[in-house]
Amino acid sequence: MDIRPYGDAPDDGLVQVSFTLPLAASERARAAALELALKMGLQRPQIVHLKPIGDSFSFFVLYGALEHSVDPETLEVEEQEFPLLAPAEINRVIREQLRRQMVVLGASTGTDAHTVGLDAILSFKGFAGDKGLESYSEMRVVNLGSQVSAQDLAARAIAERADAVLVSQIVTQREAHLRHLSEVREALIATGVRDKVVLVGGGPRLVPAQSIELGYDRIFGRGAKPSEVASFLAWKIASHDRSAA
Amino acid sequence: MRKPPFTRPVGRLHLDASSIAECRALAAEIAEPLNELARTHTTKSIERAVLRLIGVDGVSPGADGPIPVPNLVVDAIEQSVGLGRGALVPLLHAVETGCGHIQSEAKAIADGATPVVWPDGVELEIAVTRARAEADLAEQRIRAAAAQRDRLIAEVGEAPKPWFYLIVATGNIHDDIPQAQAAARNGCDIIAVIRSTGQSLLDYVPFGATTEGYAGTYATQENFRLMRSALDEVGAEVGRYIRLTNYASGLCMPEMAALAAMERLDMMLNDCMYGIIFRDINMQRTFIDQHFSRMIHALAGIVINTGEDNYLTTADAVDSAHTVLASHFLNERLGLNAGLKEDQLGLGHAFEINPELPDQVLMEIAHAQLIRECFPNHPLKWMPPTKHMTGNVFQGFLYDGMFNLVGALTGQDIILLGMMTEGIHTPFLSDRDLALENADYVFGAAGGLGSEVAYAPGGFIERRAAEVLEECRQMLTKIADVGMFDAIEAGMFGDTSRARDGGRGLDGVIPRERGYLNSIEDRLGDALGIA
Repeated sequence: MDIRPYGDAPDDGLVQVSFTLPLAASERARAAALELALKMGLQRPQIVHLKPIGDSFSFFVLYGALEHSVDPETLEVEEQEFPLLAPAEINRVIREQLRRQMVVLGASTGTDAHTVGLDAILSFKGFAGDKGLESYSEMRVVNLGSQVSAQDLAARAIAERADAVLVSQIVTQREAHLRHLSEVREALIATGVRDKVVLVGGGPRLVPAQSIELGYDRIFGRGAKPSEVASFLAWKIASHDRSAA
Repeated sequence: MRKPPFTRPVGRLHLDASSIAECRALAAEIAEPLNELARTHTTKSIERAVLRLIGVDGVSPGADGPIPVPNLVVDAIEQSVGLGRGALVPLLHAVETGCGHIQSEAKAIADGATPVVWPDGVELEIAVTRARAEADLAEQRIRAAAAQRDRLIAEVGEAPKPWFYLIVATGNIHDDIPQAQAAARNGCDIIAVIRSTGQSLLDYVPFGATTEGYAGTYATQENFRLMRSALDEVGAEVGRYIRLTNYASGLCMPEMAALAAMERLDMMLNDCMYGIIFRDINMQRTFIDQHFSRMIHALAGIVINTGEDNYLTTADAVDSAHTVLASHFLNERLGLNAGLKEDQLGLGHAFEINPELPDQVLMEIAHAQLIRECFPNHPLKWMPPTKHMTGNVFQGFLYDGMFNLVGALTGQDIILLGMMTEGIHTPFLSDRDLALENADYVFGAAGGLGSEVAYAPGGFIERRAAEVLEECRQMLTKIADVGMFDAIEAGMFGDTSRARDGGRGLDGVIPRERGYLNSIEDRLGDALGIA
């Protein structure tokens, strides 16, 4: 059955929208906002608030009845395989599963000299208000920085008894990022530790769907937050397909 | 709405004055070895800052893109005669024996065309004399920028306090400018341009105007200049001098301070420990760099903003309240030691207690009023909720309103306006405007509360403030026992442990050798009346 947004009566379709237009507050700006609302599918749009921001912008709050509807039963829903957990919960899962700190090793490998993505995920400060893995009390983070070779990374994974290996790739020149990710996996296989670590790759030009073809446990793409990576790591070590050695 | 007259309410909590005095004495004791460290060491970034202050600028092409000339010159000196005696003498020797022009000779050294030589005898004297003359010019240049700020404030008008502080962060300086100007027109007094993610970990200052940054805009001298000029323009229009803020933090802290001083920035984020705890920058590097940076800020009339609010975004805001206060006493002492005046110490703290906790607002009032009373002459910086902002923008708008109310009640000077979309995206133009509307209302309607309200003697607020002060005194006692380095290694700040020889940037720390010359530091020290 189709549904529409609920204001204060079934099927009234009422929604609230707010936006800014790059126009001085004027009758023309008001007309532009109403026209945009109609194009969004809002019937009988009403501007309830218009405020100038400086002399070349206007802020609007509008209400209108949405003409669109959906049948939720017909939608294909792709659930993320792991749940997003709060930091305290992540720490608790690690404590219960490992009974010690989880060792997380991170590096930008190959010729990639960029550490911005790596630091955004690992560094305490994190990214966009989301604290990095260093801020999790039950993780011990070893940030190897950039231009690390796949062999060195595998050797450090053994030396540090890593539970997880994070590989960041930003530069995509001639598919270097894919090659570098494969090199790390092969080095881990060659040294016999691939199955002992959670292997995660990330970078702005990667997408989660590439996880299987690259042989990684998970690939994170543009905009991935540290808390998502941390939630995945906690979920992964708690899932049955990995011995918590 | 017009802001009512600004007051800093003090004497409301009946705090134990001897306990506050003891905290100050402990901070002085803790700071002494850090002073000694700064007196006996230099860093690559200090030497680069010194070169920038005498006019070395620009970039040379490198394999991975352009490299700043100050970096190339300092590296060339390190690899030839070493940096233990500073970079000024070898560079100015090349200038005196070459064409006489600083930038040309710096470029020649950077490009490998002129070898670096340490002079002897009369040639050394000539280079030293030139270094002293250049230090006088650098001092004049810094003083001129500060004097121009005073002149402009007198001309266009001073913004009434509290000052509303907003952030722009588009990644493109040419987009940041109209957003900053729109904010100023609607009542903002201070603009901070957020730096591109990870700039604090770069061991160089990027060059030129930025049109593409990651979640922020690189701090460069050109970006400073462009934004300063845009804010002067809008300041004249709105009749208030609009202040500009950036970050003297990370591996290039002293260089940022130098650029800020020359381009007339008005405030700089500058904390004695932030980089150590939150960026894993080596602690020796940070303590040495912060001292010289603060000397520059002191002469430039720049107000520093410290970063204690960050402790509360990770550690619990109730359990760790005393660590914020302890860090304030340390930042204050280290600031005063570097020549900063009390009215240049914008100590930072935050409204970060979990709103689900009963009496959350009473607790926030206790903490904010406590800090107000411990630092009565300091322009305190009040930071909005971030940790408990959930994406429910309506509830978030209310939290920001409560934050503003506590700020008004306790007389906070610098109000970083909270964004209801905190944690969702970098602020929209409208988010900033709504934040200004919120603050305008609360400070206009309730700004006079501070001079009206008294707290119940022996009540919750008074007891909580006394408790935090006592915990702070105990913490400082412990730090004084073990020393600052051990305290950080033990994870006493921000729940994070850092090793004395760990982190980034230790390779840029150099012990001063006999014959070390930093004539700018000498000049600043004389001007500021510090040893």
